[in-house]
Amino acid sequence: MEKAFFDQDNINDSLDRVDGRLKVTGKATYAAEYQLPNIAHAVLVTSTIAKGLITALDSKQAERAPGILAVISHVNSPGVPAYGSSPAMPERATLGTPLRVFHDNLVYFSGQPVAVVVADTLQRAKYAASLVKVQYEKEPHQTDLEANISRAALPANVQRDKNSRYHDYDRGNPEALNTAAVKIEATYKIPTEHHNPLEPHALIAHWEAPDKLTLYDKTQVIKGTQGNLARAFKLPIENVKVQAKFIGGAFGSGIRVWPHVMAATLAAKKVQRPVKLALPRELMFNSVGSRPETIQKLSIGATKDGRLTAITHEAIAHTSTYEEHTERTVLATRVLYACPNVRTRYRLVNLDVNTPTWMRGPGEVTGVYALESAIDELAYALRIDPLELRLRNHADSDPEKNLPWSSKSLKECYAKGAEHFGWHKRTLEPRSMRQGQFLVGYGMASSMFGVHRNNAKARAVLQADGKVIVQSATSDIGPGTGTAMTQIAADTLNISPALIRFDLGESTLPDAPGQTGSTTVSSVGSAVKVACEALKQKLLQLAVTSPHSTLYNANPADLSVADGRIFKTQNPAVSITYTEILKQNNLPQLEVTEESKPGAEWQKYSMSAFGAHFVEVHVNPITGEVRVKRVVTCAGVGKVINLKTARSQSIGGIVGGIGMALTEESVMDHRFGRYVTADFANYHVPVHADVPQIDAFFIDEHDPHVNPVGAKGLGEIAIVGVSAAIANAVFHATGKRIRNLPITPDKLI
Amino acid sequence: MSIDKNAGNNQPAAENNNGLPNEDRRTFLKKTSAVVALALTPPTVLKAASMDEKIAAAFEQVKITLNINGNRHKLAVEPRVTLLDLLREDLKLTGTKKGCDYGQCGACTVHVNGQRVLACLSLAVMQDGKKITTIEGLAAGEKLHPMQEAFIKHDGLQCGYCTPGQIMSAVACVREGQANSEGQIREYMSGNICRCGAYPNIVNAILEVKNGGQKV
Repeated sequence: MEKAFFDQDNINDSLDRVDGRLKVTGKATYAAEYQLPNIAHAVLVTSTIAKGLITALDSKQAERAPGILAVISHVNSPGVPAYGSSPAMPERATLGTPLRVFHDNLVYFSGQPVAVVVADTLQRAKYAASLVKVQYEKEPHQTDLEANISRAALPANVQRDKNSRYHDYDRGNPEALNTAAVKIEATYKIPTEHHNPLEPHALIAHWEAPDKLTLYDKTQVIKGTQGNLARAFKLPIENVKVQAKFIGGAFGSGIRVWPHVMAATLAAKKVQRPVKLALPRELMFNSVGSRPETIQKLSIGATKDGRLTAITHEAIAHTSTYEEHTERTVLATRVLYACPNVRTRYRLVNLDVNTPTWMRGPGEVTGVYALESAIDELAYALRIDPLELRLRNHADSDPEKNLPWSSKSLKECYAKGAEHFGWHKRTLEPRSMRQGQFLVGYGMASSMFGVHRNNAKARAVLQADGKVIVQSATSDIGPGTGTAMTQIAADTLNISPALIRFDLGESTLPDAPGQTGSTTVSSVGSAVKVACEALKQKLLQLAVTSPHSTLYNANPADLSVADGRIFKTQNPAVSITYTEILKQNNLPQLEVTEESKPGAEWQKYSMSAFGAHFVEVHVNPITGEVRVKRVVTCAGVGKVINLKTARSQSIGGIVGGIGMALTEESVMDHRFGRYVTADFANYHVPVHADVPQIDAFFIDEHDPHVNPVGAKGLGEIAIVGVSAAIANAVFHATGKRIRNLPITPDKLI
Repeated sequence: MSIDKNAGNNQPAAENNNGLPNEDRRTFLKKTSAVVALALTPPTVLKAASMDEKIAAAFEQVKITLNINGNRHKLAVEPRVTLLDLLREDLKLTGTKKGCDYGQCGACTVHVNGQRVLACLSLAVMQDGKKITTIEGLAAGEKLHPMQEAFIKHDGLQCGYCTPGQIMSAVACVREGQANSEGQIREYMSGNICRCGAYPNIVNAILEVKNGGQKV
């Protein structure tokens, strides 16, 4: 079995998605699609100014409109107990206070919910929302990162926490940069990007009793949302239920409880009916976070033969005025290469916008874009092949923690990726390769994302009919959680995947962390494995201790398990099935719940996934149009549970990276402090025509240290480094180094 | 500091530029319905605002008949209701997805009289008498349509939210004769966005169905 997962020629042997049939028939139920009796529809009214006060909110006309149940705002909100009573003289929240919905008349960003209209139909709610009249007293707002860069500061939450990894970091003597034989220095910019999952954020809030709340929500963090709502409304945690069985993508936008969730919950409290609220696409640009705009300065020094002598990396990103979003932007620079002298600096600027948040590959995507672009620039300065330069500076151990890697296959990724791609055909000079009228460019970049793991629980229940139900309160934003868990359970219990049912997406299930940071297989997968292993051990124990068992008094060491049957290894005919064991012991079912946690291995090893991307672009020299023609992506991510869905994740990461490199940019009109690209016609995500066939594969990497499953996580690393590989290919094709993404045609002509 | 007196929302303002109240269609209907109703009912009934409302609402319903997935639906709908909202909110056919509501993402793709159509850009009242197929109507009972099978086999989906629209578009793409090469499929499927990035797998699924020669 072990080997079969890596038989990459036989991808169709992988288990198909367990929920594929529901998804292709339209029967998968997403948050806004639950059918509850007497459901009401909510539409938000949002602020048109970026900073100031609401001086008047006139909802009389809206309330008279047909079908209207309520208009709720700070004037009449039923209130969130944790916010405290509404102040007579509202003051701006101190840094670190999540937005308090309908609590006072303060406006913190354009698009902030200022009222919610509830009606019996969606159309009536929409119309009435247009009748709510809001008057504001404007205050001057700041939304421009570059104009405010002098205010960049070490985040207050970092200053308070001496263990934070975002403090200023110096290793060795970073001043060595000044005496380096060869030195490059450049500034890289990425714009604000938005997750834009295809399903807009939506929920149904239902107060089943005055102290009992159920949310059908698009959230990546089921238990976290449950806890958050319980604390906000001061309810016992078991009185709050959260359900998210299907999630139409999220990429990080579903990690937090955002203001619209509170708005719908307050609306449901007010009208005492279940309330459905789905964000229109334009509100996806100021309601559920973004990747922060970031300006990064990279300096790298090297010897003439390409040994890195010093790296400095400074990053400045935006956050909101009321919260500090920090991410791992500069951390990869400390560990990706063996360099004795490293300096990193991380700063934030508070702006009058909705708080940014984690977006696929958070931090690493941004930082590795800059670092891997700079390494490419250095390769040209040294006239060394960019792949060769990376090999010369390979970090054999973690240079920051001075620990061995638990496993690392980066060199294999470079070698096999280059072989699949045909990297040797690349000529060193920019603009040296052509195909017909097109300039051809080959680019590559490294990729990395740290392994993370959280505590997780899983329950496994063997039923009398031989089926096993496995449960955990995890979620699936798209990677195929249920499919991976089914496969782990089936392999551990030695039964067919067809006999497994994996339940997720409900807060009543055993505790699981959110689907964040590529941790689901490492955390929940480990819990599933441990629970199924415990169940199997219980069955083995019963098999040798039950007097009626054919294996009574057998030595467990002499037994094997296959197809739900325990047998003597030397004499397979002497056997007993799982269901016979239940029957003989008069057990209607057999159940175990286990928890799996990270342990001492984290002090002994540094754990990270590594990979490499190779890209061929064709650039039209007249129009500046860039087409990605070919991509090879390879990663060492520990054990690959399901090759088919894993490849899909890798491909998805490449597609996200194509968007980041070439098209995605949220443009702010600073006069109004509002994004003007708030739809798919103006915020360009890749479409079919932008994406070629992608060769995605994995190194057969066995890591006994990371977790019981041996999997490192894949969702994030798939996108890290992709934009650098594309930007590097564009430079190779054109000789133009575009250091501010996205690389749109206007920047190339 | 300045005062912004504009309505604080994203919707069209409720007043005309000249500042006069906008007498909308509903207000007009209410007045005329009251005149009609006066002749028919005792005046006391008219004092009840809810009845006034019901009469107005009744005038706003347009009767249509739709054939959806082989079932005839006799419906009374408001003229402003889109086909998408009718399917999702009134008929509980939530397989057709709302991704943008502006015709920019393709998640709401359905077939109307055999042609692919964006349900979010189509008013329900304009579909009177037409034959509509949604994702729920594509399979023959338990037997999946070949395109549905191919999407599962090639893993042409991740989160699944764009999937119904992709499949409805893909079936139409083959029927239109626009699925003869990878490049052609990419062009003719570019109205269907997949944020998870399943594009190459979707293209492979369509190619297989096209080359398989099965009736789609």
